[in-house]
Amino acid sequence: MNVNVSPAAIEADRLTKRYGEATAVDAISFQIAAGSITGLLGGNGAGKTTTIGMIMSLVAPTSGRVSVLGFDMAHDAYRVLHRMNFESPYVDLPHRLTVRQNLTVFGGLYGVKNVQERIARLATELDLKDFVDRASGKLSAGQKTRVALAKALINEPDILILDEPTASLDPDTADWIRGHLERYRANNNATILLASHNMGEVERLCDRVIMMKRGKIVDDDSPAKLLSRYGRQNLEEVFLDVARGTGAAKKEAAE
Amino acid sequence: MSAATSPSFSFSRIFAMVMRHWYLLRSSWPRLLELIYWPLVQMLMWGFLQSFMAKQTGALAMAAGTFLAAVLLWDILFRGQLGFSFSFLEEMWSRNLANLMISPLRPIEFVLSMIAMSLIRLVIGVVPVTFLAMFFFGFNFWGLGLALGAFFANLLLTSWAIGLLCAGLVLRNGLGAEGLTWSIMFLFLPLTCVYYPVATLPVWLQYISWMLPPTAVFEGMRALVLENVFRADLMLWALTLNIVWITLAGWGFMKLMHSSKRMGSLLSVGE
Repeated sequence: MNVNVSPAAIEADRLTKRYGEATAVDAISFQIAAGSITGLLGGNGAGKTTTIGMIMSLVAPTSGRVSVLGFDMAHDAYRVLHRMNFESPYVDLPHRLTVRQNLTVFGGLYGVKNVQERIARLATELDLKDFVDRASGKLSAGQKTRVALAKALINEPDILILDEPTASLDPDTADWIRGHLERYRANNNATILLASHNMGEVERLCDRVIMMKRGKIVDDDSPAKLLSRYGRQNLEEVFLDVARGTGAAKKEAAE
Repeated sequence: MSAATSPSFSFSRIFAMVMRHWYLLRSSWPRLLELIYWPLVQMLMWGFLQSFMAKQTGALAMAAGTFLAAVLLWDILFRGQLGFSFSFLEEMWSRNLANLMISPLRPIEFVLSMIAMSLIRLVIGVVPVTFLAMFFFGFNFWGLGLALGAFFANLLLTSWAIGLLCAGLVLRNGLGAEGLTWSIMFLFLPLTCVYYPVATLPVWLQYISWMLPPTAVFEGMRALVLENVFRADLMLWALTLNIVWITLAGWGFMKLMHSSKRMGSLLSVGE
């Protein structure tokens, strides 16, 4: 057992992933404080999904180490997986199962006590009541996202990892989801790691933003400090500076 | 969620996985129909062939007397493997595998749930066909008695070993390797001598054939049906081989799973 005494909820130490000659994640190190919401930003191929994969032990690092709640994910993942959960639009729930059946199955996998009560509560909180007994594959995109979030919250995780949680949602549903995440963090002191391409979402939710480019961390600060340092009005402009190497990002690169 | 530890083995997690597949089967009549369709077609074809050849004389008629038992045992082997593999493929097809892999579900629990589903699918698919064989051809498969238990256990162990290896290959290589799941068992059809004695094979091939556990089962079945002799030595040989095969398949599955984590293929499941 490799127990880390660090108070960080998630800690990466020189985390690296190579696929043959290509380096997807290049010796990144960071610590994410318990109870915080951290945004992981970067263009396509920046290494966000691979980093998330390594945090969840879906991807084995080439070198370096990642620990969650003090447990090394390479060796002790099963000591902490029951305290984590994940949601992504690129991962589905079985389509033919009803929402209730899917949540019952995952409740069983996570050892949730009184799972039907938990489902009833989630159905109320996430407004699933109208379709909780409908097949998951027959739901609209917005309904599916809410169900995926319900699955991610079934075990009331201490660590919640979200990969583009509001992708392809209408503004109203997306706003509603963000509000729910804010309440969940506040009520449970949960740590949330959020990969998103929606800069408004990141600005609203995140205490801190880690910006990645070509497998490296190129910036890491609070949204307010990033805006100030880059001299920009919003995170989208900061993102473009980092992605294109313009503005403050160009100056920093030159220095 | 409390910081309490998650048990290192849990029947509840296995039960949850079995329920996941049971819900699926219950919701889809084509899936249920498919379970029984092919065993029924096979039984009818070989049953009528056996009936026809039984009217002939000599060794041919005698050999034909084992066809129905052979086809039903073959279905246990083939359907056992498909039942196991289907449960795994369903996770790939529904893009649910990453959800399972980040859950507390241990690999051994995942495998045991697939074994349970293999048995459930087999009971749904093959058991009714054994009674139809009695109705159509007067062949009492259950009349094989206690020996049937030994045949059944050995064939299932082989089917799970092959299913496990196929699951590992699909895990590592994606659905591109799915075809293997459907076709690999057909290699066993000629080599395990389902419908003819091992002595039929060239001598060099007989050595290979005896390394396959089902060969001993089919040879044992012929000894029982034709000579009324239960060959315990053959069943022990099959069991010994199965223990080796299951051990190797389990080791192979874990190696392939770790390889898939190194390759990052769990993040692009389905491609």
